[in-house]
Amino acid sequence: MSTATTTPAAAKPRLKTSAMIASIAGEGQRTKPAPFGHALVELAKARPEIVGLTADLAKYTDLHIFAQANPDRFYQMGMAEQLLMGAASGLAHEGFMPFVTTYAVFASRRAYDFVHQTIAEENRNVKIACALPGLTSGYGPSHQAAEDLALMRAMPNMVVIDPCDAHEIEQAVPAMAAHQGPVYMRLLRGNVPLVLDEYDYKFELGKAKLLRDGADVLVISSGIMTMRALEVAKALEADKVDVAVLHVPTIKPLDTETILAEAGRSGRMVVVAENHTVIGGLGEAVAGTLLRAGVVPSAFRQIGLPDEFLKAGALPTLHDLYGISTDAMVTSIKGWL
Amino acid sequence: MDTSQLGHNVPLTERAYRIRRNAVLMGEVQGQGYIGQALDIADVLAVSYFHAMRYRPEDPHWEGRDRFLLSNGHYAIALYAALIEAGIVPAEELETYGSDDSRLPMSGMAAYTPGMEMSGGSLGLGLSIAVGIALGLKRKASDNRVYTLFSDGELDEGSVWEAIMSAAHYKLDNLIGIVDVNNQQADGPSTQVMAFEPLVDKLEAFGWFVQRVDGNDMDAVVAAFDAARDHPEPKPRMIVCDTKMGKGVPFLEAREKNHFIRVDAHEWTLALDALDAGRTA
Repeated sequence: MSTATTTPAAAKPRLKTSAMIASIAGEGQRTKPAPFGHALVELAKARPEIVGLTADLAKYTDLHIFAQANPDRFYQMGMAEQLLMGAASGLAHEGFMPFVTTYAVFASRRAYDFVHQTIAEENRNVKIACALPGLTSGYGPSHQAAEDLALMRAMPNMVVIDPCDAHEIEQAVPAMAAHQGPVYMRLLRGNVPLVLDEYDYKFELGKAKLLRDGADVLVISSGIMTMRALEVAKALEADKVDVAVLHVPTIKPLDTETILAEAGRSGRMVVVAENHTVIGGLGEAVAGTLLRAGVVPSAFRQIGLPDEFLKAGALPTLHDLYGISTDAMVTSIKGWL
Repeated sequence: MDTSQLGHNVPLTERAYRIRRNAVLMGEVQGQGYIGQALDIADVLAVSYFHAMRYRPEDPHWEGRDRFLLSNGHYAIALYAALIEAGIVPAEELETYGSDDSRLPMSGMAAYTPGMEMSGGSLGLGLSIAVGIALGLKRKASDNRVYTLFSDGELDEGSVWEAIMSAAHYKLDNLIGIVDVNNQQADGPSTQVMAFEPLVDKLEAFGWFVQRVDGNDMDAVVAAFDAARDHPEPKPRMIVCDTKMGKGVPFLEAREKNHFIRVDAHEWTLALDALDAGRTA
């Protein structure tokens, strides 16, 4: 099909799928390098029980920074995620605190039963930090963990965290360690956007925080979608739309008290934004919370990934396509008002 | 305390008899159970708990204990029988086996039972956990060992081979695997469900120190455990135990082989009688 390769002159420039290690930061955005790796190195100085394990993805999860600083506390388990989780359980059994890294797809999908049985069921003190959460890879479904939050929050004992930026990841690492029991954290690696330091923000496990108030729309979001929501709020100021942003970095246990208090304020549309399939993630968790409490906002909308296998391509293209880019969110919210 | 000397005046064959007897009594309570497996592995458990392992019955979490992982959680009836004989679980709990609120559920779980180090049941987990425990013991400069019992059917699980590869990579000479080759899994004879032979050659090629013994020959099992402990090479150790389902109860040994051996209500007493008849002590 010769026509398929012809680009019409009027079409937008065709973006290329970025390398897996590329940053998700936008052009010109402030970033910080490898916040997880550096925070873990710092924490490990005070906590000798911390060890690091990975399944052939140290460099792609920033765990290599920990490995370089603590070669004798690092275990390379090879490309074997079931072994990775089982061995972490065993080390925790012996009193160590394993920080385990891989990609979100492999921890949540390939190794699910091992996480479930050897870590969660035995309530082992294992911290699982996973890169490429949600739609942060253009490689197609093999690397797109669109359902990781749904899978992990369905697991008893598991705490689930979806941090927004470098600032939050730095604070989440010691908070994970302070919690006794298994934790799953979505990891941003490489040059990670820096946003929340401008908001006098402090991560607290299990707490949602109102980052900005607004009278017309309440966006409830986690992870990188909070970064987007803050941009959306600024963009909609020009249209005289007043947007509040409630950041919910702990998906489980959910801060239902704060969510109900904010969603219960009358006259605001509630929009839940998540970098995750609309099935089983933050959106449905919030919806269930509101329904069970009898709190019915003037409108309830979800921004999230569709229930389909996502395409391969450049991330900005895909985020536009699936409605989770800032521009797409602005368009959606204006259309709903 | 070196508990390998505990009750040293009781012969291992008598220990094995009592383990089998405990298992049959539990099977009678429940009217069912993996009694075929319990009977085949009783000799290995007798050697584990009354010859090889260090532990304190009154303190199941004693740091200086050797760890025993039951990967094949459905063998819980056998391990409970051994834990009762070892004094880790009180004998009076035997009659609660598989009942509501019992500490002895049908499938072994860590949170339920003293001396149960892992939650099995989902097959193929044990060796991976053992790798982590063995690494952890080495980190602590502990000279304790981790013994892991698993079944030949579990060899079908890819994760088992992930663990086998990594144990050799990390030279885990404190890890002793015990595979029960009774050649029976859910859908039929293990060798027919998925060919795993030549098992010794495979394991040796993966870098393990491997012995294959008749798992119902007490002297052979003792010698294998001793050699696994004393072997000088920095390799993980595997003891491949060929066992006979229903061992010690001739009418169950002769019964058509199944993963789950059928035992009629009146036969539990007959099984106890058969064990008594074969008692050598």
